[in-house]
Amino acid sequence: MRPQGRDTLDSVYFDYPKFEVARAPELDGRTGSHDVVIVGAGPVGLTAALELARCGVHVCVLDDKTTVNDGSRALCLARHSMESLAQLGVAERFLERALGWTSGRSYYRGEQVYTLSMPYSDDERFLPMYNLQQQYIEHYLSEAAHQHPLVEVRWGNAVESVDWVDDTARINVNSEHGTYQLDARYCLAADGARSVVRKSFGLKLNGDAYEGKYVIADIRLKSDFPTERRAFFDPSANPGATLLVHKQPEDIWRIDWQLQPDESESEALEESNIRAKVSAILDMLEEGEDWELEWWSIYKAFTLCLDNYRHGPFLFLGDAAHLVPIFGVRGLNSGLADASNLAWKLAAVLQGNAEDRLLDTYSPERRGATMEIFENAAKSTAFMTPPTYGQELLRDAVLSLSLRHEFARPFLNPRQSTPYIYDASSLTSARGADAEFMCGPQAGAPLLDTRLDDGTHLLDHLSNGFQLLAFEQDERTWDELSKALLSEPVPVHLIHVGRARREAATNLSDGHGRLSERYGACPGSAYLVRPDRHVAARWRQMSPAAMVQALRIALGLTGGDNSDAQ
Amino acid sequence: MPSEQSARSLLSFEEMEAVYAALAEVVDQVGERSTPMFLTKLALLLSRELGDVDAVKAAISSAALDLQEQSHLGG
Repeated sequence: MRPQGRDTLDSVYFDYPKFEVARAPELDGRTGSHDVVIVGAGPVGLTAALELARCGVHVCVLDDKTTVNDGSRALCLARHSMESLAQLGVAERFLERALGWTSGRSYYRGEQVYTLSMPYSDDERFLPMYNLQQQYIEHYLSEAAHQHPLVEVRWGNAVESVDWVDDTARINVNSEHGTYQLDARYCLAADGARSVVRKSFGLKLNGDAYEGKYVIADIRLKSDFPTERRAFFDPSANPGATLLVHKQPEDIWRIDWQLQPDESESEALEESNIRAKVSAILDMLEEGEDWELEWWSIYKAFTLCLDNYRHGPFLFLGDAAHLVPIFGVRGLNSGLADASNLAWKLAAVLQGNAEDRLLDTYSPERRGATMEIFENAAKSTAFMTPPTYGQELLRDAVLSLSLRHEFARPFLNPRQSTPYIYDASSLTSARGADAEFMCGPQAGAPLLDTRLDDGTHLLDHLSNGFQLLAFEQDERTWDELSKALLSEPVPVHLIHVGRARREAATNLSDGHGRLSERYGACPGSAYLVRPDRHVAARWRQMSPAAMVQALRIALGLTGGDNSDAQ
Repeated sequence: MPSEQSARSLLSFEEMEAVYAALAEVVDQVGERSTPMFLTKLALLLSRELGDVDAVKAAISSAALDLQEQSHLGG
């Protein structure tokens, strides 16, 4: 909602772009099937498009709007998401505006009782978290999509319904130029919480809904308070309930306050009441009275997801597949991880390097991530908005104890988003070899960025496909490895770490030994890394035969070692 | 004075989380009316297990602090 006198897209700080309604070539007689159609040009759909294009796949993206989103209001990008955006070549654009942060505070009745501090060092290019409004996120992604020769975005083209006909996705589209039908080998449903694709098949989201309701409001306010997460329990400006405050770029502040159980939703959403509440909150925060109201809405927490993220040629991503509570910034970040996970698999299948069954691993891998998110989110949500008398009593007892007792304070940890580890996946292998490492990213975990001697970072040196991060390999192994890889279906980008320079590889010197240290590596060690930066397998002593076997397992070409310890 | 500074082995945060969840569940089972009785019995049982009357008294004093009425609890 916007203040009276302002249109839906009349923002105090953001100029909504106006995209042209695309005229579909199908309306002028084009026939033939598309490889991939993506429904929804939100952050997840556009990221999936750019990820696929990065792998060389042509994509067509459909969206009913002719501008960026005005509904959903994600604002926080975690480091892992920024690393993915960097691989897509768009992170620099994001960094021009985004506000990085590393810490947070929680208050109980005005007293600070908990400090959140997320670890970071200059080994990582990115800070743990960045705040950037969803409008900018979508705007920057759409710029990149418009520029990419393999991405066709059709704004103002609304998907009315979809159908599954003989292994093909059939998509019925309506635009001001006319209605038409599209066939695609695969269709990605990234069309959000109210997914039309999901509804076409009558697929249900299963899970829980929570009682607590939050009003979320964006205001413009000049304030020097640093960018961090502030959470208030039982604050004077919202007695008996909770309140969250986040800084966003352009002097915009996000304020989320919980409604009391007896408060009327419609009354709370009246503009005069919104203004009064914001004033009371700013008064409590000792901020000035000079502020503007930008936008507000209401929010309820859900943990809901589809039983399977794949339905024949249709694959569901982001909010179309799962709805998660806002506490812990997992909605957007897990949607972007869906896109990275799916894109390389889809590219491998379309390019004939893997069978269709590789796509069957998308749902278990990402649903596993959703389940972990639900577990954490259920705990944070139960703490923020206790659903029962017992939960509330315990929460309040812990808050009361947190004033004087250190042991009670970790309960206030908001359990921020962390990347999921695909350790149980059928694509992850060599678990016995994995267990021989003392440190470093385990099999299934994402790569750890590391600062190199020349000031660049490890992740700067990644290519678009599989990588082998190999430490001090002797010449014989290297020759054997290079030969073995020649007959494999996909190229593997070789990164050699060590003093010796190896042919056909990116050579990193690691003079200070920082990489070897962080990866628990010795001469002969190696990490096989998927295109989404997750470790498929690792060995303290890599043999070319084992590496080739792990590559085939990671492509779903041969069975993995899920059932045994080796 | 806080009991966590004593020499006894203390519960880890993960164990405290499990206690939190179990207590919340049983409070909901016994209901709001029986909760004071339930918690009092629990305190007596735990005191006997603890076997240290001074520690129990210290914990009693500690728990009595910061009890200001929670406006949103109950009805």
